[in-house]
Amino acid sequence: MKSEIISLQEVTFTYTEEDKNIRPALDNVSFTIHEGEWVAIVGHNGSGKSTLARLMNGLLFPQKGTVRIFGETLNEQNLWETRSQMGMVFQNPDNQFVGATVQDDVAFALENNGIPFEEMVERVQQSIEKVNMSNFVNSEPHHLSGGQKQRVAIAGAIALQPRILLLDEATSMLDPQGREEVLSIVRKLREETDLTVISITHDLEEALLADRIIMMNQGEKYAVGTPEEIFLRGQELVDLGLDLPFAMNVSRLLRDQGVELVAEHMSEEELVNDLWTSHFNK
Amino acid sequence: MLEKMIFGRYIPGDSFIHRLDARAKLIFVFLFIAIVFIANSWITYGILFVFTFLIIRMSKIRLYFLINGLKPVVLLIIFTFLLHLIFTREGSVIFEWKFIKIYEEGLRQGIFISIRFFVLVILTSILTLTTTPISITDALEALLNPLKKWRLPVHELALMMSISLRFIPTLMDETDKIMKAQMARGSDMTSGSLKERMNAIVPLLIPLFVSAFKRAEDLATAMEVRGYKGGEGRTRYRKLEWATRDTVILLSLVVLAIILLYFRQ
Amino acid sequence: MDITLQQVSYAYAKNTPFEKRALFDVNLDIPSGSYQAIIGHTGSGKSTVLQHLNALLKPTEGSIKIGDVLVKADQKNKHLRKVRQKVGIVFQFPEHQLFDETVLKDIMFGPMNFGVPAEEAKSRAIELTRLLGLPEEVLEKSPFDLSGGQMRRVAIAGVLAMNPEVLVLDEPTAGLDPRGRKEIMDLFYRLHQEKGLTTVLVTHSMEDAARYADRIAIMHDGKCVLEGTPQEIFENEERLLDYRLELPQCVKFQKKVEQMMGKKLPTICLTEEKLAEELARLMKEEREV
Repeated sequence: MKSEIISLQEVTFTYTEEDKNIRPALDNVSFTIHEGEWVAIVGHNGSGKSTLARLMNGLLFPQKGTVRIFGETLNEQNLWETRSQMGMVFQNPDNQFVGATVQDDVAFALENNGIPFEEMVERVQQSIEKVNMSNFVNSEPHHLSGGQKQRVAIAGAIALQPRILLLDEATSMLDPQGREEVLSIVRKLREETDLTVISITHDLEEALLADRIIMMNQGEKYAVGTPEEIFLRGQELVDLGLDLPFAMNVSRLLRDQGVELVAEHMSEEELVNDLWTSHFNK
Repeated sequence: MLEKMIFGRYIPGDSFIHRLDARAKLIFVFLFIAIVFIANSWITYGILFVFTFLIIRMSKIRLYFLINGLKPVVLLIIFTFLLHLIFTREGSVIFEWKFIKIYEEGLRQGIFISIRFFVLVILTSILTLTTTPISITDALEALLNPLKKWRLPVHELALMMSISLRFIPTLMDETDKIMKAQMARGSDMTSGSLKERMNAIVPLLIPLFVSAFKRAEDLATAMEVRGYKGGEGRTRYRKLEWATRDTVILLSLVVLAIILLYFRQ
Repeated sequence: MDITLQQVSYAYAKNTPFEKRALFDVNLDIPSGSYQAIIGHTGSGKSTVLQHLNALLKPTEGSIKIGDVLVKADQKNKHLRKVRQKVGIVFQFPEHQLFDETVLKDIMFGPMNFGVPAEEAKSRAIELTRLLGLPEEVLEKSPFDLSGGQMRRVAIAGVLAMNPEVLVLDEPTAGLDPRGRKEIMDLFYRLHQEKGLTTVLVTHSMEDAARYADRIAIMHDGKCVLEGTPQEIFENEERLLDYRLELPQCVKFQKKVEQMMGKKLPTICLTEEKLAEELARLMKEEREV
C-alpha cells in the first residue's frame, strides 16, 4: 500500500461565516490520497470540489479539521515549500498565463523559486517538450488555442518536478480537441513518472481515467470508489447531475425497453458481447 | 480580431536594428533626442536626415509601417510648420498675398522644425517597430534598477508592465467580443447623438471591467500558487545580452554629434 | 424567416498587410422553422459564418439574404440594425455580456434598444425568467450576484426578450456541467418546437447535432464541405474523418452492433433512446422467428 500523500480529516469550511443559514461549502469531509494515485474529484457545480482544491494548496484554511500534505499539517510556515512540490492548473487558460511567451510562462515558477539560470533553461526546455509544445516556445498566448494554453500551464506546473499535479477543472473551458490534448499529456506524464494526479472535474472521460473517484455532493463526501464502483450506482449519479458512460446509458435504456442484460456495462465492448451472447447467438 | 493593429507595432524581423539590445536602443533614442537640437543649418539638418535614412535602411522595415507611424503626427507637423511660416518675421519677404507675408527665415525655421519632428518620430517608431514591448520593459527595468536604492519598486513595476502587455491582445479580443454581443442586442455605438453614443459605451465598459477584475483575481491566485511572493530571491529567465554591435551603435551617435558640432553654424 | 448565404467569402483586415481569408464561397440555406447545426473545428470558419447571420460582419464577396434584407459588401449600416432584432445570437459564454444594475434592466436592454416600450419589455422579462427556471426574486438582484449558471440564463433571456425569429446559438453548453447542458439544450429545443423558432446551433458536439438538428453543415478551412440531413452526413464516415470529425457515439455503437449481427438496422439512429428502441424491436423480431 503506497504511502499517504494528502489527507483531509473532518474538514469543514464555510465562505460566509457571518451567515449561519447558508450551508458550509465543505462539511466534515475526510479522505486520503496515496502517492502515485490518480484521483478524480467529481460533483455538480457547487458541490465543494473547487473549495477542496483551494484547501489543498493553502489558498484557504479550514475552520475545522486538518489538511495534511506530505505528512505535515498545512500551515503558514510550510506553505511555500509545499507549493513548490505541488503543481496546479486552473480552469481559465488565459487567467493563469503570466509570461509574454510560452517559455517565459513555463519559467515563472522556476524564477519564483530562485532556480539558477542554466538549470532554468534546461528545465523549461524539457517541460515544454513533455507537453509537445516545442514548436511554440516563442508563441504569444493570444495565438494559442485553449488546449495549447493548458498544456503550457501543465509544463509550468511540472517544471519544478512536483510530486503532485492538481488539475482544477482544467478541461472545463476547452473544446473536445483541447480536452483530448490535455488528458493525453497527463496520461503520458503518469506513465513516465510517479506523479500523483488529482483532477477536479465534471467531465466523464476525465473521471474514467482515474484510479479512484471521490464524489462530492452539497459539500459532503458522497461516495468513494473505483470508476466502476461509482458508475454502477447508475441512476443516483444522474439524479446528482452527473453523466454516465455511454454504454451504461444504453444498457439502462435497453433494460427499460424490456431487453434482458447480464449487467449494466461500463464499456461498449462488454455491452456488444452481452447482446451477442444473450440475444443474437441463439 | 486584431484587424488593424499590432500592439506596440512590433514587426518581427532579422535586421541589424532588430538584433540590437533593447537597452542600447532605448539609450540611443534618448541621446538622439538631445543631439537633434545641435542641428541649426541646412547642412546639419541634411546630415540628420541622411543618418535617419541610414537607420531606416538598416532596420529593413517596410515603408507602409513607417507611414502609418507618422499618420498621428502629420497634422501636428503641418500645424507647427504653418505657425513658423506665418509668425516668424526675419529675413526678406519671399511671398506676399493680401495681409499674409511669408519671410525667408519663417520658411527656413518651418522646414527645420518639420525635419526635426519627422526624424524624431521616425526614430522612435523604429524603436517600437523593431523591439518587442517586453524587451523594452526589460530594458527599462535594467536601466532603472539602480533606483531601487531610492525605494522605487522597479521589479514590481516591470512585472506589472509585462503582465499588462501580455494581456493587451487578449483584452482587445474580449472588447471585440463584448462589442459584438451588445451590438447583437441593438446597442449602437456608431450613430446617434453624443449622449446616446456615450450611453452605448456603458454596456461595453462594465463587462470589460468586471472581467478584468476577475482576471486580476485569478492571476494573483495563480501567481501565488506558483510561488510568487515578491521580488526577493527571484532569478531571471529572460536575459538581455550586450554585444559589440550595441557599443558600435552608441558610438555612431557620438560620431554624429561630433560631425554636427563641426558643421554647426 | 429564411436566411440564405450565396457564395459568401470573407477576409479579415482587407487591403492591409494582415489580410486573412476566413470564408471561401460559402453557400448555405436556412429555411424558416428549421433547426440547423453548423459543425467544425476552431478555425473552420464557423464563427465567421455565425457573425454574418445578423450582419455583424458583411461578406467581402457574395451576399447573404436575411428575411427580405440583402446584405452585401457595400451595404450601409443603418439598414442592418433591424436584422439584429430578428436574428438573436447567444454568443459563447453569454454571461460575459451582462452589465446592468438589475437583472430586469439587463433583460430589458435588448428589446428597448429596438423600440419596445418599457411595460412590454418588462412583461417579457418576467415571462422569460419563469421560462428559464429562474426564481422571480432574481429580477431585482444585480446580475453579478448570481451563480454562473443563473447568469447564463439571464443572458439568454436578454436575447430571447427581443422576440427574434431566428435564434443562433454559439456553443451554448460550453463550461456547463452535464445537468446544465441537458437542461439548456432541451429548453432551446422546446422553444424551437413551440414557437417555430428557426434555430442555428454552432457546435463541436456531433451528438447534439444528431439529437436536435434537421440539417447539418460541416465547415472546414473556411468552406462548407458537407451539408445534409444527419442521416446523410453520418453515412459518410471516411469523409468526416478527413475533416477530423467523428461520428456521434450512438452511430458508432450502432455500427459495432450491426457488424456483430451481420445485418443493418432500418435507419441510422440519432439518439440513444432511438437506438435502444430499434435494438429492442429487432430482438423481439428475432425471437419470433
